[in-house]
Amino acid sequence: MHGRSPGDAAMLLLADSRLPAGGHAHSGGAEEAVRLGAITGPDDLARFLRGRLATAGLVTAALAAAACELGTATAPRTARNECGPNTAPPATDEADVDGADADGADADGADASRPHAGETGGEGPRASRPDAQGAADGGEWVQRWRQLDAEADARTASPAQREASRTQGRLLIRTARGIWPSAILDTLTAAIPEGAHHPVAVGAAAASAGCDPYQAALAAAYNAVTGPATAAVRLLGLDPVTVHRLLADLAPALNDAAHAACASLMDAVVTEPVPRDSAARDSATPRVAGWQSLPGHCAPALDLLAEGHQNNPMKLFVS
Amino acid sequence: MGAHHDDHHDAADPRGRALRLGIGGPVGSGKTALVAALCRSLGPSLRLGVVTNDIYTTEDADFLRRAGVIDPERILAVQTGCCPHTAIRDDIAANLDAVETLEERFGELDLVIVESGGDNLTATFSRGLADRQIFVLDVSGGDKVPRKGGPGVTTADLLVVNKTDLAPLVGADLTVMSRDAAAVRDGRPVLFTSIREDKGAHSVAEWVSGIMGAWRHQREQKHAHTHTHDQTQTQDHDHDQDQDHDHDHAAPTVTP
Repeated sequence: MHGRSPGDAAMLLLADSRLPAGGHAHSGGAEEAVRLGAITGPDDLARFLRGRLATAGLVTAALAAAACELGTATAPRTARNECGPNTAPPATDEADVDGADADGADADGADASRPHAGETGGEGPRASRPDAQGAADGGEWVQRWRQLDAEADARTASPAQREASRTQGRLLIRTARGIWPSAILDTLTAAIPEGAHHPVAVGAAAASAGCDPYQAALAAAYNAVTGPATAAVRLLGLDPVTVHRLLADLAPALNDAAHAACASLMDAVVTEPVPRDSAARDSATPRVAGWQSLPGHCAPALDLLAEGHQNNPMKLFVS
Repeated sequence: MGAHHDDHHDAADPRGRALRLGIGGPVGSGKTALVAALCRSLGPSLRLGVVTNDIYTTEDADFLRRAGVIDPERILAVQTGCCPHTAIRDDIAANLDAVETLEERFGELDLVIVESGGDNLTATFSRGLADRQIFVLDVSGGDKVPRKGGPGVTTADLLVVNKTDLAPLVGADLTVMSRDAAAVRDGRPVLFTSIREDKGAHSVAEWVSGIMGAWRHQREQKHAHTHTHDQTQTQDHDHDQDQDHDHDHAAPTVTP
């Protein structure tokens, strides 16, 4: 990993609980579990966190990785659009972006999914009018973001959890647009104005920040357990050092989850070229990636906790 | 939500968005009562929105809705996960989202009041959330509270000392409170109220009206400065304005 993770520092910012994106008010079901007596101390909490990571955490990580990959696929075009001939970016910027792509798993479809100006043969006018190009391609990307968001929706059984996820996603996108402004986040906002699901937002923010899918997955998995852990500290008055010890014990599992999330991207997502011919574009069932093969581990107990939380009139946390 | 995401604070609406007024202070000092009073006093003349940050439940929001001082739809409640000060200072995303939801839902507003959850003397609003802020104390917390200071007491744009009607009962010396507050507030105003006796908190409402005028004027000036080349097009002036002023901020077309 040495020397090939330019997004490391950005990942730390993204995963930091101090990121001002509303995460502090979500307990991920921990508040309801505490209320019901399912979490009473560090032992219960450790089991809760491990279970959450193995289910919702892994799914979240995979969706974030997919979103990061999708966002990164749009990045070269973004750089071109935002930096016209008069404000040419430093060569390193583009090299970094291209390098990130080369490192990804999208080698087979990269040429078609990254519409560089020189590759849109016969479309010279579009290349010289970046706005028009952005608008034309934007439709495809909008469609893909919606598709990925639908995958997240399908993996979130509880309506209360879906709502909480969209709220968190909306707040994260708002914050990320201020920190890492990008066409990726603009497109995602346009695609899903009410708020993308949180993992999708995490991945898009990660791509905007310069993270790779693994880093996005790791940040998402990390958030999936640190949020509930912190909430439990607040709600039960647990020793914060003890709880951080639990998180440290989970560190290898976090790495594993992020790796598994990225493994699930193989042969999926943006490796498929964006359809270029009008017939495919107009098709009612556009070609999209194998996102349906992303992990879909469900955790009925977490779903029930989310629903119960929604009905708790004395709740402190949003979820 | 256009593509120019980094300039939405200033340029989205040439007339300027609503003034965002934060109201903070310890539990039970009368923040919600003050919000209700301001709604009573200012509601008839201003387009209002209210965001509450209840510690738990929607107690404050429900109180305001029941009080009938404002259209219940114009009140949104934000949950803060045990940390009310975080939601108004360190991570204001949920509150900003609520403010903008109100603005989207009701169109242009004049004033959005954000009431914090009851907190300690150090809790202040981020300037990214509140343009101006009021800190509310009450006399029953003891007349030494202003002397203790803390960012809420010392830096708020207005310090309100509420429940003056209880002063004789709790042995609070209002003169001491006034003197101590003045000593730590560097000339910023302090108002003494009894919202139980003055349901409209008229002195505070008057202060809010004053800062609204000043704020609006400031924004208009700022806008006029960015359009100095438009000064000759005065015929465009005010064609869609309802306030009177001397600045040409209605001419949008000429770029320097």
